This record gives sequence, structure tokens and C-alpha cells, in this order.
Amino acid sequence: MDKPKIATASLAGCFGCHMSLLDIDERILKLVELVDFDKSPINDIKEFTGQCLVGLIEGGCCNEENVRVLRDFRKHCDILISVGDCAITGGIPAMRNGIPLEECMNEAYLSGPTVYNPNKIIPNDKEIPLILNKVFPCHEVVKIDYYLPGCPPSADTLWEALVALLNNKPLDLPYELIKYD
Amino acid sequence: MSKSLEQVIKDICEECGKDRARLMDVVNAVQKEFGAVSSQAMDLIAKELDIHRVEVESVVSFYAFLSPETKGEVVIRLCNDIVDKMRGVDSVAKAFEQELGIGMGETTADGKITLEYTPCIGMCDQAPAALINDMVFTYLSSDKAREIVKELKKHNDPKKIFARSGDGNNAHALVRSMVHNGVRKKGPVIFAQREENGGLKKALSMSPVEVIHEVKNARLRGRGGAGFPTGMKWEFTRAADGDKKYVICNADEGEPGTFKDRVILTEQYELLFEGMTIGGYAIGSDEGILYLRAEYAYLYPFLQEMLKQRREKGLLGKDISGKTGINFDIRIQLGAGAYICGEETSLISSCEGLRGDPKTRPPFPAQKGYSGSPTTVNNVETFCCVARIIEKGAAWFTEIGSQGSPGTKLLSVSGDCASPGVYELPFGVTVKDLLQEVGAEDVRAVLVGGPSGQFIGPEMFDKTICYDDIPTGGAVVVFGRDRDILKTASEYMEFFVEESCGYCTPCRVGNVLMKQRLDDIIAGKGEPADLDYLQELGETTKLGSRCGLGQTSPNPILSTIKNFRPDYEKLFKENEEGMNPTFDIKSALSDGEGIAGRKSVIYTE
Repeated sequence: MDKPKIATASLAGCFGCHMSLLDIDERILKLVELVDFDKSPINDIKEFTGQCLVGLIEGGCCNEENVRVLRDFRKHCDILISVGDCAITGGIPAMRNGIPLEECMNEAYLSGPTVYNPNKIIPNDKEIPLILNKVFPCHEVVKIDYYLPGCPPSADTLWEALVALLNNKPLDLPYELIKYD
Repeated sequence: MSKSLEQVIKDICEECGKDRARLMDVVNAVQKEFGAVSSQAMDLIAKELDIHRVEVESVVSFYAFLSPETKGEVVIRLCNDIVDKMRGVDSVAKAFEQELGIGMGETTADGKITLEYTPCIGMCDQAPAALINDMVFTYLSSDKAREIVKELKKHNDPKKIFARSGDGNNAHALVRSMVHNGVRKKGPVIFAQREENGGLKKALSMSPVEVIHEVKNARLRGRGGAGFPTGMKWEFTRAADGDKKYVICNADEGEPGTFKDRVILTEQYELLFEGMTIGGYAIGSDEGILYLRAEYAYLYPFLQEMLKQRREKGLLGKDISGKTGINFDIRIQLGAGAYICGEETSLISSCEGLRGDPKTRPPFPAQKGYSGSPTTVNNVETFCCVARIIEKGAAWFTEIGSQGSPGTKLLSVSGDCASPGVYELPFGVTVKDLLQEVGAEDVRAVLVGGPSGQFIGPEMFDKTICYDDIPTGGAVVVFGRDRDILKTASEYMEFFVEESCGYCTPCRVGNVLMKQRLDDIIAGKGEPADLDYLQELGETTKLGSRCGLGQTSPNPILSTIKNFRPDYEKLFKENEEGMNPTFDIKSALSDGEGIAGRKSVIYTE
């Protein structure tokens, strides 16, 4: 029987959750015995090659490309997991949500105290995805099946969660893995 | 001008004995005098009372009837409770807006008239209603609204628009109110013929412990809604350590759809004062406070006078009824428009001159209440019951009503029925019989106990109104065949969102989230899993809130999920794609497209 497939993506995140996934260290060898990786920055597969069992999403949605990718994941993954605080709540990027978009852009590219931009250009190439009015947590865009909080969730948390899921066992994380201060 | 402000504030503070605990009275007086408690006024009050400015500011910002910005000389507060909406308050609002040329929450350019909405003012049986300054205007229509504005434009004095007094004491010179009592059914306890002060006389011939014993034997439970045994509460308060003890009457009747206390305060105030005095005697207290909601301020001068008369008759003050050493007096504390102050610990905070924040329990007020002293807080109706129990005996009382809930209950009935008003009925009456009594036909739902109670449907109309079956603080709102129950639930959630004090996160945030999800469902963007979400969030909010507001605010949603589930289910659509139907990519992109000056190529309609 084919191994189940897993896919990952980083949307409006910092890749910290992916780094945390790599922190499983040598257990990554066990992981490739358990699963095949489909679309993921880890193997640089750009588009889905088929249906996956699990999709891990890091980061929320700050632009139209994030929405497209997330919806693509929803279509291709049986189980979709929001990994980390940005995916679950919008996180740091969502700090802009209380400020009008135009003000944010001006602060970032024109008037911020450390900005050097003599030609007063706000990047606007047609290749650049359009930005959303605010940053959305993933579950406000598609249905999410599970949430793994943490900034980032530790490697052990990710490992335990994946192993439990792949073996169809209930997930019982020890206290150390779900306390955040 | 600023000198006069300084002088006026000085006078007001002095009148209140420069007592920090009387801050509510101070700010209420300043608001009345100047139409605002301005920044400068707050500084002056803080100076006079020797407290920090922030203490004044936190009070001013908390209560709806206080404002740092100057309001018009006349403030029109139109009640936008559900029942008023059912009775066409929207057209009244439109008429006010058109005639005044301003929107809700605005003041006319000449600074004369402010127009705003306010939640339930306790006039649901004569809705739509409005408070214009302290005066209550009932049975409003768009024509009446236009008429009122025309008159106000002439002289800006609501008192001159007075039409005709209501019945009973509403016509009393000190009340002069257009409110009608609307007592539809008199029962044997509250609205019966009785011997004046018979209860008090008898109580004073008994020992305080015997009085409490009698109340316990009558198995009297609190009439405000929670139903705590009154005798037990008094026993705790009596037994608690402390030289000074307090009796507080909760007349902050804010639960939307409740107006029974209004009628007691107008007609049976003697019975209430009698009950409070008995309470003072029983627990060993010489001071009572009647916390009167600001919406009933029109009764304030009248009640003050009635207290004065009781003092003159020797029924209040020193050596009551000639009994040496038995002292008790009552002062009235006026609120300033906050639903939460109906919660007993918030009410105590408010009496102490603080924001109406609930306190953490334990310690319960019986141990540490008003200014740290043992305090009993009881409902208006409860005190009335006590006076009758002592007068007629516990055995008489327990014969009325049902086994677990002796006595009668005042029910404030409003909504889709022929005869809205106050009904005194024995506990144990079925909903069906009640509906027949009030002339309600073709009923789709009944909200028993107000929004913090529950919505019930016809299949539950055989149930009885009592503590063991369907408990209520007295509000009964009837909804006819064509009413949209979910929209109603959403409106009530809006009320709780507004009235939450914000201390407990589950209440402050949970109510908002629940309302949002409910509105999504109403807009056709819901799915079956939303019900689990609402259920869980509702239970979390109940569990994680420290006072009765958060512990009951999810009820409009939880009780409709339980009793009106098909109403939700028919709004759900199939959603196999796993997309969240509430997310609208086009509107999420609107600003981004505008700033970039190009349209999305991924999402082209």
C-alpha cells in the first residue's frame, strides 16, 4: 500500500513553524518511512500531485495568493491542521488589522522612521499578489480540522501530533508541550 | 462660568458630606445641572472628594446616563427593546430623526435636544416608550413623536407636553407621570387588602431570630430570578461578624421585559418599606438602601416624600414604633443606567460610588457587602413577600403556589398578547394558562425570564412557572406566529454585548463571537457545525464568567438551539467544499485593489 501523503505551506508566517518541524532532528528519517511529502517548501514541490492525508498550514492569509494556496490545500487534504499562532489567530501579521490598509502601506514604504525610499515608490508589480484588507486566520477562510498552538509549536508537539494522527490514535500531549510561558 | 462650575460642584459635594461613597449622587447631580460631567468637572470633583481623578472618570465612563461631552438640555432616550421594536419603534425613531434633523446619538446644532437609544426602560406593556429627561412618554407613534418635537422646539420643556396622568399614584403630585400601572390581576400576596404595617408590628413583637425562622418556614425564595432562599440569606447576614450591617433593596429592574417593580414602587411602596424595615430588624441593621434604577427617577421625589412620612409616623428612624433601641432608616441611591447593576455585587459597587463592576465571590455580601459590612440584597418583591409572611404567617404563605415554590409571582407580560401588564399569579401556573389569561393566541415562542431566561416553544407550554420547572424573575415576552426567533435572539445578544462590564474575557469576547456567528447563520452563511461551536462557546462563557450576566447571557442562543433547532437547520446549506461561507474574497480585496489600482487576476468575480 502507498504511504499516506503529507503537504505543508507557509502563508503569512515567518517559517518558524517549518523550522520547528525540522527540529524533529533524526526523527525525520522515521517520518519519511511513515509518509511521502507532496507539495511543501521542504522538498520544493510547487503544486499538488494528488490527494493528501494531512496538510499543515503555517501562517494566516494576508494576500490573495495565501487564499488561493489555502483553498487549494483544503481541496487536496483530507485533514487540514492550523499550525502555530499565525495560522490560528493571524498572529503578529494581524497587528495591522486595526489600522487602515493605506496607512499601513504609507508607514511601511513612505513615512516610517527607518524608510529610505527617495522615489516614493510603493511596490506594485502585477506579479505581486494583492494584499487583503486585513489578515485572516485560516479557519475564517476554509474549514480547519485541528489546531496546534504555539509560537512555534515545539518539534515534539508536531511529532507527537503527526504520529498520533497517522496511527489513528488519540492525541494526548503532556503538559510541557502545551504550556506557553 | 468656570467659577460657577467650581462653586456648584463644591456645593454638591458638601451636600453629600464630601463622602467618597456618595460619588454616584455627586456625578448624577453634576450631570443634571450641566448636561455633562466635563473633564474640568471631573478634576474639581476629585479635588473636593480628595480622590484620584481616574476614580471619577471611571464612574462617568461606565454609566450610560453620564457623559463627559455635553448633551442637549433635553435628552430623548428612545427605548429600543425588542418589545418596542415589535410595537413599531422604528417608525417612531424615524419621525424623531426627521423632525429634529439629526440621527441617533446626535445633538441638535443649537445644543438643545439630544436623541439616543436606550435599552429596556421598564415600560414594555406600554411600548414604544421613551424617557425625555426624567419623564416617561408611553404608547408613542410617529405622529406623537412629531408632536413632541414641535412642542419642544417652542419651549424645550418636556414637562409642558404632559398629556394625562396614568392611574393610581401616577397622578400623585410628586409623580405626575403618564405611565399606567397596568395591574391586570391581583393576587393574595402583593396586591391584596391588608392591615397597614401589620407585618412590621408583628415582627417587632417577635425576636429577630423568630422573624428569620418564620421567613424560612415560608420557604420564601428570592424574586429577582436567582431564587436563593431569603431566610437563609438573612440568617447568614445576621450571623456574620460586624457591628454595622446593611439592608439593600434591588430596584434596578433592568431585565428586558420586566416592569413589575415599577408597579410595586408606585403603589405598594409601603409594603416594600415595611419589608425592608423587618429585614433590618431581623439581621440587626439600622441602615437600608433602596437602589433605584435611573430609568425610574420619575418616582424619586415621590418615594423620598413617602420615606419622610414614614419617619414622621415613627416607622423609620430612631426607636421604630416606639420600640427602644430599634433604629432603621432608608436612603435611596439612584443609579445611572447600567443593566449590570442589577447584579447584587455590582449594585453594591455602585452604592459605594464605584463603577458597577461585580465583585468576586466569595466573600458573599452576607459576609462582606456594602463597605465591607455584612449586607443582604433582596429584590423589591421579596421584601413585600416578607412583610406579608410575617403579617399572615408562614403557613398561610405555603398554602399558596406550588410545593417547591410557595407564594405568588408577579409576572410582567408583554409582546404579542391582548392584555400586556402585571399579573400576580400563584407559582405553578402553566404557561398555557398564563397565555390564555393574557389573551395570547397563535403563539410561536415565549421568552420566560427575559433574555437571561429561556425561549420556549408550544411543546413546552404545559410546563409550569416555578423554581423547579421554568424559573423567572418576572419577565414574560410573547412572540406571535410571524416573529423571527433567531433575529430576536441576535438582538438580545447585542444587548448583552453592550451591557457586559468587560471584566471577564469569556463574557466580553464570547458574547460578541456568539452574536457574530448567529448573524452569519441568519445571513445564510452557516453550517451545522456552527451549532456545536455556539454550544461550546456558550457553555464556556457561562463557566468562565464571575457574575450572573455572563452566566446567563448565552441563554438566548442556547435555549433557541435547544428549543428552536429547526429554525437554525433550515438556514444551513450544503457545504462539501470545506470553504468557510462567511469569507468573501471580493470584499477582502477591495482596499488592496483600490490602492494598487489593479484588479485581481486570480479572483475575477
